[in-house]
Parts: sequence; C-alpha cells; structure tokens
Amino acid sequence: MRAGRWGRAGLHAGGRRIHDGSPGAKGLARAAASARLAHMARYLALRFLSLALSLAVASVVIFAVIQGVPGDPAAFMLGLNAAPETVAALRAELGLEGGLGQRYIAWVAGMATGDFGISYTYRVPVSELVADRLAVSLPLAAYALILSTALALPAGMLAAARRGGPVDWGIIGATQLGIAVPNFWFAMLLVVLFAITWPVFSAGGFPGWEAGLFAGLKALTLPAVALALPQAAILARVMRSALIETLQADYIRTARAKGLSEGAAIRRHAFRNALIPVLTILGLQFSFLLAGAIIIENVFFLPGLGRLIFQGITARDLIVVQSVTMLLVFAVILVTFLVDLAYAAVDPRLRKRG
Amino acid sequence: MISVEGLSVDIGAQPILRDVSFALERGRVLGLVGESGSGKSMTALSVMRLLPRGARASGRVTLEGRDLGTLTERQMCDVRGREVAMIFQEPMTALNPVQTIGDQVAETLLVHGVAGRAEAMARAKDRLARVGLSPDRFPLSRYPFELSGGQRQRVCIALAVALRPKLLIADEPTTALDVTTQAQILSLVRELVAEEGMACLFITHDLGVVAEMADEIAVMQAGRIVERTVPAALPGGLRHPYARSLFAAAAHVPARKAAPPGAPLLEVESAVRDYILPRRRLFGPAPRFRAVDGVSLTVRAGECVALVGESGSGKSTLARASLGLDALQGGAIRLGGEAVSPAMRPDLRRRMQVVFQDPYGSFNPRHRVARLVSEPFHLGGRPADSEARVAEALEEVGLSAADAAKFPHEFSGGQRQRIAIARALVTRPDLIVLDEAVSALDVSVRARILDLLADLQARHGLAYLFITHDLTVVRAIADRVLVMKAGRIVEEGATARVFAAPSHAYTRELLDAAPLLPAA
Repeated sequence: MRAGRWGRAGLHAGGRRIHDGSPGAKGLARAAASARLAHMARYLALRFLSLALSLAVASVVIFAVIQGVPGDPAAFMLGLNAAPETVAALRAELGLEGGLGQRYIAWVAGMATGDFGISYTYRVPVSELVADRLAVSLPLAAYALILSTALALPAGMLAAARRGGPVDWGIIGATQLGIAVPNFWFAMLLVVLFAITWPVFSAGGFPGWEAGLFAGLKALTLPAVALALPQAAILARVMRSALIETLQADYIRTARAKGLSEGAAIRRHAFRNALIPVLTILGLQFSFLLAGAIIIENVFFLPGLGRLIFQGITARDLIVVQSVTMLLVFAVILVTFLVDLAYAAVDPRLRKRG
Repeated sequence: MISVEGLSVDIGAQPILRDVSFALERGRVLGLVGESGSGKSMTALSVMRLLPRGARASGRVTLEGRDLGTLTERQMCDVRGREVAMIFQEPMTALNPVQTIGDQVAETLLVHGVAGRAEAMARAKDRLARVGLSPDRFPLSRYPFELSGGQRQRVCIALAVALRPKLLIADEPTTALDVTTQAQILSLVRELVAEEGMACLFITHDLGVVAEMADEIAVMQAGRIVERTVPAALPGGLRHPYARSLFAAAAHVPARKAAPPGAPLLEVESAVRDYILPRRRLFGPAPRFRAVDGVSLTVRAGECVALVGESGSGKSTLARASLGLDALQGGAIRLGGEAVSPAMRPDLRRRMQVVFQDPYGSFNPRHRVARLVSEPFHLGGRPADSEARVAEALEEVGLSAADAAKFPHEFSGGQRQRIAIARALVTRPDLIVLDEAVSALDVSVRARILDLLADLQARHGLAYLFITHDLTVVRAIADRVLVMKAGRIVEEGATARVFAAPSHAYTRELLDAAPLLPAA
C-alpha cells in the first residue's frame, strides 16, 4: 500500500491483515504525522495570506476613496471661504503633494511605524487620540461580548435542551424582543431605571482608568449591557438552532447508547460541534461592537472610538477619519483571522486537512 | 436473559409496534428482519428506552429478571452501555467528528465510573486492538475522519463492547459497508458474541446477512413479528405469506428474453481519470490519485452490463466520465461512434441518461413531477408534445399521467425511483446508466423495479450500464459483468460464467464475502 493513501488504508484491510503489523507501520505513522504538520502549516499560511491580502485591498480602497477622488480634500475641509494660502498650507500638512502612489506608500509606511499623522481639529497625533479612545472602546467591546456570551450560550443551550416546551418558548420570545428593540432604547431604559429611579450607576461619562478599575468598569456597565442585549438575543438563537441540529446527529445517539444522560450528551458532544456557527457570529459581533458603538457612546457620553470617528466626520477631519477607518478594518480582519484559528482549534478536520 | 413481552409503541395516533415479544439467551443471535418502517429499529430503541419524543410504550422488557420499564432515567443511563449496548447503521456519522477515537471509547468506561482516565485509555487501547485496530497503525489520537467506514464501525463496536455488556443490539451495522468489509464486521460480531457470551439482537433488512448471522430469525411486518424461524429452515419452512413473499422477492429474477447483442453503443478505450489531491507539503507538487486506470469496455445496444466493485474502486468515476460529465486524462469514450466529453453536443447527451441511488436527493423538492420529468428536454429542445411525452413516460413506469401535477414528497421511495426512470426515458435514450439505482430499496420494491427495467429493455431495446455493489441484483439482471478493483477491470465475462467460475482472486473474494440466500 502506498503511503500516500493511508487515509484509505482500511478499505481493503481485513481483520487479519490489520494485525500482521506490516514492517512499514512505524514509517507510515511518521509520514502521517509530518503530513498533518504540513496541513496545519498550510492552513495557517493560507489564513495569514488572506489576512495580509484583505488588509492591502482595504488600505487601497480607503486611500482611493478619501485621497484619490477628484476634488481637493484640503479645500473641502476648510470650507468655501478659505484663503488660498491656508489651503496650500493644509495640503502640505495633509501630505497631498506628490503622486498618488508616493503618497500611498508614505501613508502605509507611516502607519507601519505608528505614525498616523496629526489630527487637523485636535492638533495632536492621531495615534495618541486613537490610543486614548481605544482604552475605552476595547474594554467596552470586550465587556459587552463577555456579557452577551455569558447570557446567550446558557440560554441557547437551555432552550435547545427543552425544545418545544414553555422554557424554550419563553427564551424565543425574549430573544425576539431583544432583536426587535434597538440598543439605544435599551440604553435609555437602563439610564431611567438604574441611574434615575435607583441611582446605582451614573447616567454617562467615563472617569478614566486612573480612577481605578472598579470605577472604570462601573461606568462601562450600563453601556455594555445595552450593547450586549441585542447581540445576546441573536447569539442565543444561533446557539439554540445549531445545538438542535447537532442533537439530531447520529453521534448523539451513540453517546446516549453509551449511557450518557441527555445533559451530558449535550455538554460533552453536542456543544463543541455546535460551536462552529456560533464562532462565526461571535467574530462578526466583536467587530460590530468595536466599530458600531457610535450611538451607545453618544448616549452615555463615552470618549470612545465611535465618537471619535463621528466627531471626525462632522469636523471634516479627514486624517482622523482615514486612520480610524483603517484601524477598524484592521481590527475586523484580525478578528476574522482569530475566528479562523478558533475553528481549527474546535474542528480537527480543518487542522489536519487544511 | 432478556425478554420482551407484549411491547407496543404508539407515536401520536400512529401505531408503531404491536405486541412484540421475544426472548434471548447469552451467546445467541436473534435476527430481526423486515422492510423499512416495519418497526425493527423502534424495537431496539424501546429496549434501550431511547424512543423519540412523543412515543408511548407499553409492555415489559426484562433483563435478567429486572423490569427495565420501572427504572428511573438515571438508573437506565447506568444500564445503557454497561449492560445493554448498541451499534448503528451509519458508521460515517455515528462518531463525534471532533473527538479522538481513544476518547470516545474511553468515555464508555469513564461515564460508568469503572476506571480512571489513564486506565480507561489503556483499556480503550485494548478494546480497539481486539476489534482489529492495532495501536501502532491506529493510535488513540486518531480522529474518525481519518478512518474508513469499516474502521469507524470497528470503533463503534469497541465502544459498545468496552464494558462487556450482556446484550448487544446491532441495528443494520453493515448496511453502509462494502461486501468484503461487511463480511469482516459480521465475523467480528460473531466472534465477540461467542467470546464474551453476549446476547445479540441483530437488525437487518438483508435476508442473506440474517441467514448467515442469526441463530433464530424473527420477521417483522407493520410493527408485528409475523414469523419465527431458524436459518436452517429457510426458505421452505416459512409459513406466513408475507415472510414467504419477502424471501421470494429477495431471490427474484425478472423474466428476460436473451436478445442477440446489437452493435457497440458505448465504447470506452483505455480511459484514465486522475484526481488532484491536496498538497502534502506547502510548496510540493500536488499528488494525483488515479481513480480510473486504463479501463476499456463496450456496451452493446440492448445489452445489460453490470459494473461491480467496492466503494473507492472507481466505478462511479468511470460512470461520470462515460456520461460526459468529467474530462479524461487519457483514452477515449465514444457513444455510437461519436466522442463523449464534457463539451459534447446536447443531442448526443440525450441518447444516454442516468438514474441515481437516492431519487429524493436528485429531485428538487419544490418542482412538480411534470417539470422534473421534462427536465432532460433542454438537451434536444422541448418537443411540441412534451406534456404527452411526460404522461407517456409516467405510464410506462407504472404511474399515472395525473401524477405529473404532484410533488416528489407525495410518493414512496419506490415510486420516486419510478419517476427517476421516467425522467431518464423521456428523451428516448439508447443507454441508461443505473448508479446503485436499486440499492436503497426494500426487497419487494426492488423486485418490482427490476421487473420494470427488464420490461422497458424488452420494449425499447435499451442498453443498461448497471453500477452496483449488490451481487444478487447483478445475477438477476445482467448479461455481462465487469469487476473493478483499484481503478482497473480485473475480470469480465458472461454473468453465469463469472458467478460459476470466477477467474480472478478478487472476484472470488467478493463472491465469498457476499451473503447469499439459501436457494429455494
């Protein structure tokens, strides 16, 4: 039998022939192990390549939209009545001199070394602005994601385990509500309830991490809950349907026949298999939480990334807009890459087959 | 040791089982046979108390004097896997794809708390070695997808017998496997039953398998056991008319007139078909797998040629190429003297049609039968009388013209296969490729479809290329047999000659492995 066909080895291998311990067995196992490593390396290399390619394409698109379109960004930023000298000065500052290709390379090279340019309105390096805002937005997104996962996965599992029963109907109803109601409305409701009626939390603002971890987290709690609820509703539904589908699988029957209770079969066999679609949604949600918290940040007066880009757009601060957009794209692509790695961790077929 | 008394099961208002009773001793195999829907699997699931939601069971199941019906669910979990174990039909999906085989076998021991993790793994290794998966070639760290169907079924058996249960229930354990693999799994089950002194409830639709495996046989029909017998009494000793008709259908040979072979219709000349495999090294050349390796064959007009071989032997690949669906890497295929390739003319394509194993999977469930059957008309242009042609085709396969307005889900499996044949007939082809077309059908339905095929052949002078692993079917309908192994045709000849005096060792192996019914 050729080593290249070890996967099919058993096709014609009879009970007796399997036992005869052919001399090449050790070598075969070694070849298989090296093939697995190669598959894993290939999987990683392909994902990494796609990460790099997406980044390159995104940067070109962003650059082209903001810089390459006809019209002078400097004149646009300064408005109709600007003096020609001011426009020329801004052009120089924006790095609008020189050919498109040259400017693109300068921009990418700058970003690679952490130099995102200087904000036109704030007059500070964009990298500083972004770092400050990220210190709010990143914890907020992570907080909301943890809340929504902690809420959604058990709820989805419970609904799947009790499918068709009153508990399932209750959870389905709650998720329906969670999807239908916009998160800013939740935000306002939370403010009314927990900042005004029972003043446990403050209605908005962020004291900064200097005030201490607890104070910071406390300020982020209401926004995180408001962000998490609709996300949790979607995630719980995905978890429920993925789990119900998995529970029909033949290997669940095998597990039950082994003597596992239904709960144990769900925990030990169904859960990990149902996790694949859930991971996809989680990846999408994290990107959304990072970039899409604009409204919530505005409701709670949080100095986050969403508010920065919103202010950048209203103030026509194209340098900020361009850099923050690129940063968000980078975050989304990075999360996608991490989700791909998570798939491989969950599913050995991806890890070994590439 | 185990006895089932007066077992009845209903799902909603639908009776599933009625008054099923049997008893089984250690070391004995009871074969439960019947057609699909007769209640075989439900009987097994009732013993395991794993019936689907909404099912209500009555009657008594006692295991060594203990009434299983009175146990709590928790106590029943202790019984499952430890005292009563089960293996299933689909080895490809019966194992958790994201867990190693070692973990899955060890879990049986862990769940029942009989061993710690290290010891459970050691014993899992032992049990896997016992079922023929030696640790040097199949380490515990293997995942199910790295194994073939037969190997996976061995893993399922290992995890079922890990705790040496008193009763092993095997529900169609070899139905999805090749004949030679089937023979190995069957002998493994027999060995284990004898060695461990287990009782075995063996469920199958295959009368040949049951005749070989069982000490006693119970025939089920519509939720009842209608006949009890022993293999030695087959088939003459059967009393119940249904049981008799079942065994008659399994051995049914359609009446065919031997027509003189016509001119060569399909000619395959040294055909070669390669698949490109995933790269093994990051930048290495992609390896190729030669699925069809220099095959030559001829099907003459009006002839029925069977192509047999195990899964992976290349027979379906050859069929796809013969239909002009895939390009060859070498050699040539001609239909009526004209070249067959993916780029061939539609009206040449019209002259050959195909019927697959799973008619439901090959129909769009949202189309009506009229549309499904008239689909091939896009090949030669829709004739003016297309509706009449569809009606005619439906009537020819034993359906009515009014069925054209129905949807595929309104038909039974056998009727759906008739629709698939109607679809193949509607363009008035010269050749029909039947790819495992009767393999999924119950024996009585299969007998009627074989009659239909023989009748259509006589009336229209059709040629058939019959691709199958089922040697009973081959013997019943084929004029000539081609035996395929690892991409090559190893034997070719008239059916009677090949069955009586196989010349190639592999053909002999296939024929030996095939469970054949005792002759009437």
